[in-house]
Amino acid sequence: MGSQGGFGQSKEFLDLVKSIGEARSKAEEDRIVLSEIDILKRKLLEPDVPKRKMKEYIIRLVYIEMLGPDASFGYIHAVKMTHDDNLLLKRTGYLAVTLFLNEDHDLIILIVNTIQKDLRSDNYLVVCAALNAICRLINEETIPAVLPQVVELLNHQKEAVRKKAIMALHRFHRKSPSSVSHLISNFRKRLCDNDPGVMGATLCPLFDLISEDVTSYKDLVSSFVSILKQVTERRLPKSYDYHQMPAPFIQIKLLKIMALLGSGDKNASEIMSMVLGDLFRKCDSSTNIGNAILYECIRCISCILPNPKLLEAAADAISKFLKSDSHNLKYMGIDGLGRLIKISPDIAEQHQLAVIDCLEDPDDTLKRKTFELLYKMTKSSNVEVIVDRMIDYMISINDNHYKTEIASRCVELAEQFAPSNQWFIQTMNKVFEHAGDLVNIKVAHNLMRLIAEGFGEDDDDADSKLRLSAVESYLQLISEPKLPSLFLQVISWVLGEYGTADGKYSASYISGKLCDVADAYSSDETVKGYAVSALMKIYAFEIASGRKVDVLPECQSLIEELLASHSTDLQQRAYELQALLALDSRAVETIIPLDASCEDIEVDKELSFLNGYIQQAIESGAQPYISERERSGMFETTDYHPQDHHEVPSHTLRFEAYELPKPSVPPQASTELVPVPEPSYYSESHQPISTSLVSERESSEIKLRLDGVKQKWGRPSYQPTTSASSTTQQAANGTTSHSDGGVGSSSSKPRSSYEPKKPEIDPEKQRLAASLFGGSSSSRTDKKSSGGQKPAKGTVNKPATVPKENPTPVQPPPDLLDLGEPMATTVSTMDPFKELEGLMDSSSQDGGSNDVMGLYSDAAPVTTTTSVDSLLSELSDSSKGNSRTYQSQTSKGPNTKEALEKDALVRQMGVNPTSQNPTLFKDLLG
Amino acid sequence: MGIRFILMVNKQGQTRLAQYYEWLTLEERRALEGEIVRKCLARNDQQCSFVEHRNYKIVYRRYASLFFMVGVDDDENELAILEFIHLLVETMDKHFGNVCELDIMFHLEKAHFMLEEMVMNGCIVETSKANILSSIQLMDKAH
Repeated sequence: MGSQGGFGQSKEFLDLVKSIGEARSKAEEDRIVLSEIDILKRKLLEPDVPKRKMKEYIIRLVYIEMLGPDASFGYIHAVKMTHDDNLLLKRTGYLAVTLFLNEDHDLIILIVNTIQKDLRSDNYLVVCAALNAICRLINEETIPAVLPQVVELLNHQKEAVRKKAIMALHRFHRKSPSSVSHLISNFRKRLCDNDPGVMGATLCPLFDLISEDVTSYKDLVSSFVSILKQVTERRLPKSYDYHQMPAPFIQIKLLKIMALLGSGDKNASEIMSMVLGDLFRKCDSSTNIGNAILYECIRCISCILPNPKLLEAAADAISKFLKSDSHNLKYMGIDGLGRLIKISPDIAEQHQLAVIDCLEDPDDTLKRKTFELLYKMTKSSNVEVIVDRMIDYMISINDNHYKTEIASRCVELAEQFAPSNQWFIQTMNKVFEHAGDLVNIKVAHNLMRLIAEGFGEDDDDADSKLRLSAVESYLQLISEPKLPSLFLQVISWVLGEYGTADGKYSASYISGKLCDVADAYSSDETVKGYAVSALMKIYAFEIASGRKVDVLPECQSLIEELLASHSTDLQQRAYELQALLALDSRAVETIIPLDASCEDIEVDKELSFLNGYIQQAIESGAQPYISERERSGMFETTDYHPQDHHEVPSHTLRFEAYELPKPSVPPQASTELVPVPEPSYYSESHQPISTSLVSERESSEIKLRLDGVKQKWGRPSYQPTTSASSTTQQAANGTTSHSDGGVGSSSSKPRSSYEPKKPEIDPEKQRLAASLFGGSSSSRTDKKSSGGQKPAKGTVNKPATVPKENPTPVQPPPDLLDLGEPMATTVSTMDPFKELEGLMDSSSQDGGSNDVMGLYSDAAPVTTTTSVDSLLSELSDSSKGNSRTYQSQTSKGPNTKEALEKDALVRQMGVNPTSQNPTLFKDLLG
Repeated sequence: MGIRFILMVNKQGQTRLAQYYEWLTLEERRALEGEIVRKCLARNDQQCSFVEHRNYKIVYRRYASLFFMVGVDDDENELAILEFIHLLVETMDKHFGNVCELDIMFHLEKAHFMLEEMVMNGCIVETSKANILSSIQLMDKAH
């Protein structure tokens, strides 16, 4: 055993490792590391540090960085060590340097020379060490310094060198494809290397190359297929076998490449079908590695154009995965299902109950994977159930990254498949309420547009119902604490535009609510801006309809507060509102017509209506228009430059609400929900009202601004553009997309209807299954009756799964490793290592042991060897060449003995397995 | 690019080995390790050996007190990575004999050397234990 021979380290090093190993807390570890930094800083400066000692110091530096602090004070010593003639020291130096430095670090320049020298070395291990370093440290600029030598090494007599040289070339290709574009043929050549290791490594760069440009490598299809065939026929050296499987990692890489090459290529797919069929037949699905290959076959088949037999084989494999007890295999099965469903849409039906089990599993990973599958199989008939589920889940999680993702998926599905606008609005409300800070602002704009435009048909009654329902839902939600800003913007806008439209709510009621919002979110200027604008609309509508306006006291005080606001935007809005209140009804009606947010506005860009006025002015002696530049100083609005748009998100002028008629966003654009600020959106809204002063024939920014303004004060006609029609289509989605595929999503493939089977299954689950997987025929009836799906929700927490959710994590069953094994190991809840230790030296377990091992304190203190055996079995079987990796119960006497020996040896070294961290001595493999 | 990092972390959350195949600053590494370890330690044995974290998928496997965690791209074959971990442990076991956490701590550089042979540029390049260990054995002999 080489390891014991390697204990040739100094006492000091052993002590350091020991103390780190025994540290019980992060704080203690930090203390050790900090004092180690002081020690090393001193020691590294000592003159004539012996080389072996220096190697130890370098490794101690590695420890320091691994555990937290920066060890840059010692980098230079690692660099120096790469110059050493001794191979071990050199390699340690290179290792440390690759761990410490990134490719752009200044010290790299000191290493390039050494690398060049080492590449010429007679000792192939030195060459290998240099090539390793090249793969980590060489950046675009330094490639030319080593490239010729690396190319030369591609033909080195040692296979290890050829392998690393090809990987160095791979790295160059990644860093700078042009630097090696003339050397691409070398990858093809090395594929035929007679060493399987070199061939296997070459698959990595080839995979990259083929993903970039499939067509140039079509000629290699038969080569890859024949390599795979040879591998499966065990033509490779035995040493590549893993758990009786011939070179599985090479097989998997080949399958990945074949998936690329066979995609959409009938011919290539046919060439592959034979070997894929063989793999399905041959693969041992009782081992993990066998299943890994099966899974890769499924992936490959889902990419190529498979024949029906292969599809069937893939479906069978998936079905085995799903039926397995192992969560890992279920996960793979769900993933496979999601891939295959694209080409074989009915495949999910037979697995619906398994899918629902996974959906309700307490394991988050599995649940998410299942949501991914549901997302892929959503269509108009099941969108309500699926999105409801997704939203429930979204509400339950805290992980913002995933919350954003799932929120964006909800929005995407809702926009694509919404059965009714009502449902769409409700769904959006939920998304906004719970993830409003995470969704893209475009989603809010889409929602406002939808409410403004209604069904897109000439059904005003339905439109006003829709708006009323939106208003009602918002009035209900508005008093909830802490609503996301974006949602409040939508609410304010809708209330302003439609709050009083129906006559159901009085202006003072709505304006009171709006004041509450402005008051409750007083730090959010955007929301306040929206609220003030909404107030302005409410009052304008009142004035226009000839009613007397009573400005609420709280509203009055809000206006007064904003008149003095430090935000010029809010100030301006407040002034406008104040001015508007003084106008007569005719003027107000012209400024803010009722429900005109959708009206198109024609802007007279030439301002011809002013011609008479100008003429008059000039005649009476005024200066004529001179130039843009001269004018720019006079109007605050003229110095708009693109950069204005960049700073916008921090303090925007909030007029977006009026911009809805800008319908140029294609429906799917709103699906990218990444919460990136959208300068373009803001830019249009970023104007003060005084644009009537601006002459706008010049820059596009100014034009943009005017567009925004136009839309604000809705006035006549603009030409229906293509984008306008796309909006209509989108808005009409709910009503027109009954037939699957109408909206052109890949996942909306038609699916035949299915009948619920297996009556012994929980009826609720079945109902859920039916609503998820049900065919399109039943979908129409389902559509409006969301009530039918409600009960299904109750199944989320079916009692059977509850106990699994909170098992005490402190009691790991002895065998944690074996996913393939159906948990036969649960027989023992005690930690077998604990027992093993007891076996080795119970005396060393002093009283303190309970601190760490207290976790296991409820394990019976029986010393048995059987539970140890079950742990050991995995390795022993594989190393002995037995066919089953996961058989349990082999005698492992010698291992226990070795463990004892090691324990004794370590003790001799002065490292005692003290109580703090006895697990240090546990055999990883048992 | 396949594998983005390989971590060995013990049950107490202490890092025992860390190898990154894309550059992260020390602060980013600390943060990432902390988050991942918290996530993985909170899981039980019935659950999948896979966890999604930010843009990574973490495939992890526990051996005695030590967690092996491999961060991979989204389109990596998780089961294969799981077996890759086992291959790594078997390789270490072949070299050290009944490998334990302490072996890795005392021979940190050797554990790294093995990884250097097995993974380059984030790709699995060598899976023959004999090939992986040969250079280390040659170095051992020379000393």
